[in-house]
Amino acid sequence: MSSATDVMDETAARRGIDPRTIFRDRPIIPLIALLLGLVAVVELLQPGIVSERWISNIIRFAIPLAILAAAQTLTMLTGGIDLSVGIVATMTAFVMATQTPHLGTGLAIVVALGVAALAGLGSGIGVGIFRVHPLIMTLAVGLVVEGLLLVYQRLMLGTRSEIPELITWLGADRSFGIIPNSLLVFVPLAVVIWFLLKRTGFGRLLYAIGDNEGATRLAGVRYWQVIISLYILSAVLAGIGGLLYVGLIKASSLSLAVPLVLPSVAAAVIGGTSIFGGRGGYGGTIVGALVLQVLATLLLVLQVPEGTRRIVFGLIILGVTAAYTRITEER
Amino acid sequence: MSATTPATADLGKGSPGEIAGRFVRRNSWTLALWGLLGLMLVFTLTIQPGWGAPQLTILAIAALPYAFAAAAQTMAVLVGGIDLSVAAMMTLTSVCAAVLMQGQSEEFGIIAVGLILLMGLGLGAINGLSIVLTRVPDIVVTLAFFFIWEGAALLVLDAPGGSSAVWLRDLIIGPVGGFILPAELGAWIPKALLLLAVSLGVVWIPLRRSRLGLSIYAVGSDRLAAFRSGVPVDRTKVAAYALTGLFAAMGGLVLTMNTGIGTPIQGPYLLASVAAVVLGGVSLAGGKGGLVGPIVAVFILRLARQDLTLMSIDPNVAQVVEGLIMVAVVLVGAVVALRSRRS
Repeated sequence: MSSATDVMDETAARRGIDPRTIFRDRPIIPLIALLLGLVAVVELLQPGIVSERWISNIIRFAIPLAILAAAQTLTMLTGGIDLSVGIVATMTAFVMATQTPHLGTGLAIVVALGVAALAGLGSGIGVGIFRVHPLIMTLAVGLVVEGLLLVYQRLMLGTRSEIPELITWLGADRSFGIIPNSLLVFVPLAVVIWFLLKRTGFGRLLYAIGDNEGATRLAGVRYWQVIISLYILSAVLAGIGGLLYVGLIKASSLSLAVPLVLPSVAAAVIGGTSIFGGRGGYGGTIVGALVLQVLATLLLVLQVPEGTRRIVFGLIILGVTAAYTRITEER
Repeated sequence: MSATTPATADLGKGSPGEIAGRFVRRNSWTLALWGLLGLMLVFTLTIQPGWGAPQLTILAIAALPYAFAAAAQTMAVLVGGIDLSVAAMMTLTSVCAAVLMQGQSEEFGIIAVGLILLMGLGLGAINGLSIVLTRVPDIVVTLAFFFIWEGAALLVLDAPGGSSAVWLRDLIIGPVGGFILPAELGAWIPKALLLLAVSLGVVWIPLRRSRLGLSIYAVGSDRLAAFRSGVPVDRTKVAAYALTGLFAAMGGLVLTMNTGIGTPIQGPYLLASVAAVVLGGVSLAGGKGGLVGPIVAVFILRLARQDLTLMSIDPNVAQVVEGLIMVAVVLVGAVVALRSRRS
């Protein structure tokens, strides 16, 4: 392993530059270059497609993904992962839609997000107190939530479900013809997450736990409190993502946001957050979500079959992370 | 916790009592699992006094793909990784098998099985090579291959189709019967169970006694120490992932044998394989555990599902209960692991 690093040092020295510094310190710069490159390819393949409206469409669809990926970023910073985001987002949307006729829009949203928080509490207790591996715990919680959702759906068969106007306005509509209204939710949310990570003790603790959990504990941090709050936050974020997504899709189903789980992990990984914890941030993740969204449109433009689309998607995840790992690797 | 790898445990000397004591200590988790399985059988018999050989056969057939998925995941976890593409590899090999055998003679089935098993080894080796060459974490690489194999399966077959040789289908249906054993005993041994034992045993038993098997445990428990002791870390990792692919291909074949067709949609085998590995006493940190535990765990989880059906519980509620059982299992497992780490 050390020999490989030496070789890399040599090649870097021969070129006279050290691109690793840029990648390590500002991973967002090459990522934005990749994003622009992909947009250029789309434009080359179908001249005239890239317009204000196209861009706003990309953003509209990337926002729910970016919010789910926020949940992924935060948990990954501690060395965890949250694979229950898809089903929690779906559940939040479904509960909101079925409760709106009974409780009214506002209360239905609060109740739905409250249920999401409960799911997060479950994962948090498992990871924080019982020390179950987050991958397992969130998968298992996802399974329970999915089952409960099916039971709930059977109970609600007779009642009408409705997606309130506020949600479709936020999720799908645009102001002035081009600006997606979901930015009204997303921008404050992104600022809060950024502030949380960079300027609060809680955020720094997430990095600290991911970097060296043992040392963090010895420093007197109450690990379980941080982890439980983290997974509740993660589930609530997933819920918000689900609400915006159902507003965008305008149909609440039992598998609404489930296909977004792996892309959400991919967005965070491509965005430069280490899956082992301790390194990363939300800025990269947002660009990562945009990259994935542009990539999805690119494949749609090329009219490749669904199978090939998934293969390319997988290869891109592998390629980007491989390049990233190779360049930033310190060991 | 003792650092002895299970592979070396067999070499210990001592009086029969000591050996037995050591056996119990080293296999306490697996023994507890057998106990749990026994308790569940007793419970099954109390809620359904008529439970017998036919139900056992149904259980074995239902458990078969889960068991192979768990075996596949075990190999990846033992070497210190995890394979999120297990279910996708099963799907891909299953549709390939169904397409290969469509419209072909019964004899061609043998060649098809051989080809699919080789293909499994190849798929797994590609996973392993990618992990070793890119140095990207296992979980990310296999996440990427989750998409890739799934996409490949869709390209091979975009809707359920293909077919399976009849003798392959017969291989798992029904009990062994009075073939070699007395008929009463034979009725209690499902063909599916025999197939599982033989396919896993043929790979696992020689592996456990080989240098490669020892290397897998060594790399899984401490990569750096293994490297410094001269274990070819990268080659071992690729081999372990190739074996994951091999078991996944067996699982894929079983899917085709069971349904008679190939379906390009992934079953719930990924989560189930991880749950079985955890319940089976294989440490997710790698290098600890064996193959018997996860297989027993699969049967516990499948029997739990069968019991819920026997109690005529709504399938949706049954899924909640199944999920809660898994949560309970991993919580208890984690507490036990925590205890043993502290002591």
